[in-house]
Order: sequence, then C-alpha cells, then structure tokens
Amino acid sequence: MKILIIAEHDNDTLKSANLHTLTAAHEFNGEIDVFIAGFNCDRVIQEVATWPGVERVRVANAKEYQHQLPENTAPLIADIGHEYDVILCHATTFGKNILPRAAALLDTCMLSEVIKIIDKDTFVRPIYAGNALATVTNQSTIKILTIRTTGFPSAQMSEHHQAKIEHITNIIPNELSEFVDHTLTVSERPELTSARIVVSGGRGLKSAENFKTLEAFADSIGAAIGASRAAVDAGFAPNDYQVGQTGKIVAPDLYIAVGISGAIQHLAGMKDSKVIVAINSDPDAPIFQAADYGLVGDLFKILPELKTELSG
Amino acid sequence: MKVLVAVKRVVDFAAHIRIKADGSGVDTANVKMSMNPFDEIAIEEAVRLKEQGIAKEIIVVSIGNTACQETLRTALAMGADRAILVETDTDIQPLIAAKILTVLTEQESPQLIIQGKQAIDSDNNQVGQMLAGLLNWPQGTFASKLIVEPNSVTVTREIDGGLETLKLKLPAVITTDLRLNEPRYISLPNIVAAKRKTIAVIPIQQLNVAIQSPLQTLRVTAPAKRQACVKVATVKELVEKLRHEVQVIT
Repeated sequence: MKILIIAEHDNDTLKSANLHTLTAAHEFNGEIDVFIAGFNCDRVIQEVATWPGVERVRVANAKEYQHQLPENTAPLIADIGHEYDVILCHATTFGKNILPRAAALLDTCMLSEVIKIIDKDTFVRPIYAGNALATVTNQSTIKILTIRTTGFPSAQMSEHHQAKIEHITNIIPNELSEFVDHTLTVSERPELTSARIVVSGGRGLKSAENFKTLEAFADSIGAAIGASRAAVDAGFAPNDYQVGQTGKIVAPDLYIAVGISGAIQHLAGMKDSKVIVAINSDPDAPIFQAADYGLVGDLFKILPELKTELSG
Repeated sequence: MKVLVAVKRVVDFAAHIRIKADGSGVDTANVKMSMNPFDEIAIEEAVRLKEQGIAKEIIVVSIGNTACQETLRTALAMGADRAILVETDTDIQPLIAAKILTVLTEQESPQLIIQGKQAIDSDNNQVGQMLAGLLNWPQGTFASKLIVEPNSVTVTREIDGGLETLKLKLPAVITTDLRLNEPRYISLPNIVAAKRKTIAVIPIQQLNVAIQSPLQTLRVTAPAKRQACVKVATVKELVEKLRHEVQVIT
C-alpha cells in the first residue's frame, strides 16, 4: 500500500497539523511519501525527510509554488496521485482548499474530516456539526481523505531517519490566480489547535477591550486564545480565533469557555476537549450541558480571581 | 455578467438532530428544513452584485427532491432571477454534485459561480473546489470579501492564520464564509413576486452524470455523551477540582 501526505508549510516552517496526518498515514501500514510544493523551502524539505517512516519526499520547489495556490498545485498532486492507494492531508483551511480539487482531477470521491480509520476501506467522520458520527466505506481505488487533527495524536520523532528527496520537474504554471497579500495574526501565544489549554471568549465579554482582558488572562496561564462566532461577528476578535463547526476544531486538555452561550456550531469545535470549564452569568446557558465544571456568575469578577488563584 | 448560485436544502441549523433508531441515518421527517446558511450568504452576495449593476442575471440551482423547490423559492424571493432544480431522491455525493454543476455551467455559461463553503448537514466542504477543478477555473474559497471587476475578482479568504487576498481571472468559483455579508430579510412583496419566477425542473437522468458512489454509509451513531456538569460555587472550588480532581493544571 502506498500513501501520499500533502505537507503544509509556509516555506520556512511546517504546520503542527502535519504530524497528526503522519500518525494517520502510519495506520495504513504502507510506504509513506510526502509531497511538498513551495519555493525556497529547503528547511522544510530537510525536516520532512527526518519524519519517521517516510520513504520519499517529493518536492516541487519553484517560484510558481511560492504560495501553493490550488490552481497549479492540485494538478501536480493529481499527476503523481495515480501512483498511490491513499492521499492524505489534514482538515485545515489549506487541506480543505487543495485536496477536493485534486480529488476531482483524479475523478475520485473524497472523505472530509476523518476522525478514525477502522480499516483501509472504512472510516468514521462527524456530520451535522458533530451531533452524529457516520461510519463510511470507501470503495474508491484511491482513498482521498482529510483527517481531523484532534482524532489522531501527533507523531513522535525518531532519531536518524533520512528519507530520499526527489524533485518533481514538470512545474505547472498558474495562469488563473495570483497571490495579492495576506494579513496573518502574529502571536507569541501557543497555537490554538495544538495548545494544552485554550481560553475562549464569547459575546458575554461585551467589547473588544474586554476581550483584551481575556487575552491577558490567557497569557498569564500560558493558554491559547479562541472565540465564539458571536464574538468574531461582533468584532471583538479576529476570524482566525473562531472555534466551531466552520472555524477551528480544538481538543485541548483544558478548555475554558468564558461568556459563551454554547451554540451547537460552537460546541462542534470544542466538545472533544478533555476537560471543559464554563463561566457564564446565565445559569441556563447551553454551554453548561457540554461542560464538566460550571461557574455561574459575573465573568468580570471571576476572571481576576481565577487569575490570582491559578498563578498563586 | 451571469452569476450561478448553488444552494442546498438542509436540516435547519437550530433543529435538534435525531438519529434513527436503526442507525441508518439522521431522521429528517417532520424536522424544519432551511437553505444551508452559507448558501444564503452566496445568494445575498449575488443579489448585491446585481444591485451594483455588476451581475445581470442570477440563476439559482439546487440538487435534490421536489421539496427543494421551496428552498429555490426562498432564493428567488431574495432576488435570484430564475431557478433550476435537478431532481433526484438519491443522496448525491460532492463529486457527483460538482459534475452536475459542471454540466449546468456548460449550458448556462456564467462568469461567476458562488456557493456556500460547506453544507451544515454533511459538513464536507468539497463541492466548490471540485467544481473549480473540473472546469479548470480559479477558486476563491472561504471568502469574506469580494471585489468583482470586468475580467477578474479579488477575493479575501479566511484562512487559519488570518486573511489572504487573491486575484482570480474570471470565470471563477467562489465559496462563502460567514462574514462575507449578512443575508437580508425577505419582504412580503418579494415573496409574492418570487411566485411568478420560473423553476425549471430537470430529472437527474437527463444530465448523463453517473450518480452511483463508491462511498456508502454503514451506520450513523450518536457521539459519546459527557457526564453531567458539576456546578461549583466559587473560583477556589473550581481551581481545586482542576488541580486535584482532573489534574489538568499544576
């Protein structure tokens, strides 16, 4: 069985999600190759070559792939995809953007957000915002899947592994789309999807200024920061903070929901967290049904107290 | 320019999800059905483009059973000009949906296709990207802002790290994210006006797209339930439990 992983990186650093995909790949018990498209991404290539169990790193290192746009990256994946039984990426905005396009070019159905691999043909994935789990068989010749990172642990690095590095030479130009710019949130905090503790704020914070207070609290305990859709829509927090069905899916050891009512679509993004704490002034808020521990009260009084207790 | 919008009829976002006792799927009988919220945003965006004089005609398409006509009427009441229902009682997989939309695109020649980034029932997030791939058109997924010009569209996308802006050549496929716009309320006169607009019904067999899928759902189950929430009275008590009972903090 031959498996291809599509790696996600920014030409300099690999995303932590890749290592969850590597764990999923190992469950197929086959030969694993990794595909990298990028430009001046030597650091990334060298690092992938050390991933345990990887046979080959297949690299398209060219100016045309600097921003890894789907219009010319998906055809390249499709070109080499025929050689594989399984093609995997993780369900980040990168994987969700690129893999369905490659699947269509391979005339192959795809499964999104797989959380469990039962056998080589059978997979479990959440539907209806995680309110139901579907067990699906896939009889396609090539199994194309995005995996949800919370369903698979991060792969452990082993020492002294060195995969072969092969360069793909048929570079495809992109005449359809061009990169203009991006605005990335720069933060010293742990990454939301891989943090051990996540503190999330909702509409109960009431303003962007108050949301800053929550960020300060998160920093004091070394937590990542998230937000509900309501808080993002209200402009308290940027879009990349959003946890939920259509935002980021997180499963930290500790999730602290502050001033979040607990809409279904928010719960979809965090209900697999190990321990969930809800702080809300409304004792009937649905978030309490999803939480392990609930504290009813004024969050503006509770937060400073919690900060003192936790740092004490 | 002509704009094509694809919409899906789904269980309403606020409805309680009931799993059938035999595990064969989610019970949709007597459950409130609505237009997929992301598709509503797609229609709204198309209508705004028409109001700005950029779009000349908006065609709305749905694939599904005859009840989808109700969803298409909603789109017509929001401001779409005419509708097409590709009628089928079979559950259609994303790749098949993309192939059906490819056939309709060839027939209608739109310059822009807008649809929701994902349907809130199957949560696949695939069709727009697949359609763009099959047509060899550029794709602007998870869009939070669009600027449409005669030969291109500049799209701001919501990505994991923040926002990304791309310039796409037309024709192009756009999939909508939550913050692209806020769909309008439909006024009574528009509901009445929508009744006079046409819905063309095409039996799926007429499109010559094979609808069998290699994907088969074996069973649908409920996720594991969490134990009931323990309400604590004080911050001290909470921290005590986190430290000693579940030991997630030190």
